[in-house]
Amino acid sequence: MYTWIWRHLPGGTAAKALAALVLVLAVAVLLLFVVFPEVEPLLPFTDVTVDQ
Amino acid sequence: MSSALDLEDPPSDTSRAAGPRPRGELIRTVVRGIGQTLITVGLVALLFVVYELYVTDLLAAREQDRLSQEIEEQWADAPTVEAPTPAPPEGAPAPAPTPAPESIDVGLGEPFAVLHIPRLGGDYSRVVVEGTAQVQLAQGPGHYLDTAMPGQEGNFAVAGHRVGRGSPFLDLDRLQPGDAIVVETGATWYVYRVLGDPASGDFGTDPSGIPGREIVRPADVAVVSPIPGGPAGGPAAGAYLTLTTCHPKYSAAQRLVIHARLDGAPVSKASAPDGPPALGG
Repeated sequence: MYTWIWRHLPGGTAAKALAALVLVLAVAVLLLFVVFPEVEPLLPFTDVTVDQ
Repeated sequence: MSSALDLEDPPSDTSRAAGPRPRGELIRTVVRGIGQTLITVGLVALLFVVYELYVTDLLAAREQDRLSQEIEEQWADAPTVEAPTPAPPEGAPAPAPTPAPESIDVGLGEPFAVLHIPRLGGDYSRVVVEGTAQVQLAQGPGHYLDTAMPGQEGNFAVAGHRVGRGSPFLDLDRLQPGDAIVVETGATWYVYRVLGDPASGDFGTDPSGIPGREIVRPADVAVVSPIPGGPAGGPAAGAYLTLTTCHPKYSAAQRLVIHARLDGAPVSKASAPDGPPALGG
């Protein structure tokens, strides 16, 4: 998968590296601020209440 | 990270859609794909830990700022809740502050009180919202629905996060018997004290049999009963405060529970704008 992305990035090595970095950051931001807040309530790590 | 992985890639990986190829290469491609997937999963899991420990703190701090602003506005123009105050005409006398009614009626998710715990720092204050669903607890400590309101007979029960989301209840285990927990509402300060013997530090000495601190199973709902440990929905006798959070830290296997009882009469904010003496100590 990473190979495929690398091969399809345009430009020379430097441009590819920069584009890859941007991609990684974009994915990280997407995970941190969109995916994790959505997924988290479904996970049991943050229960602090007493209930049945 | 992708460039590091690419170092292992042989240039012959271009034949994916190009029909049959040697079996060894297919196996290598599959194994490499599995490896990359596992590394990705690991990195995402690490990122999730970063999210839980740090990013939720940022989000919760923002929520708390918003809530304390909201509640101050609410208290300033009580009893009109959240109604935008029309600007008073120039030169007109400021409207006399109406004493807020102490029968607190609050909608789900709305802030209605501020919790002060001097033991956790002189400036420790958290806005309490109504409800204990994840969405409310993401903003701050949440009040268990259908439990008593501050100062009322019964059990004013509040849940809060131990780790992450501003970690409001991270250090609840540092509370000692006799420690003050001060609840601030629109017009009043209520001082609760953690049950137990302040001299010996023994949490279990209260004549009522209610411990000042206990660790229970997550299903033990009796801790938020009107009389802590009593039947749910039973009669109230005495005004208690109960705080629940998860235990141990970084786990949700158990619940750490603090019980306190109302100490003395409520202090009107008009007579003590800066808080009762317990807040200073």
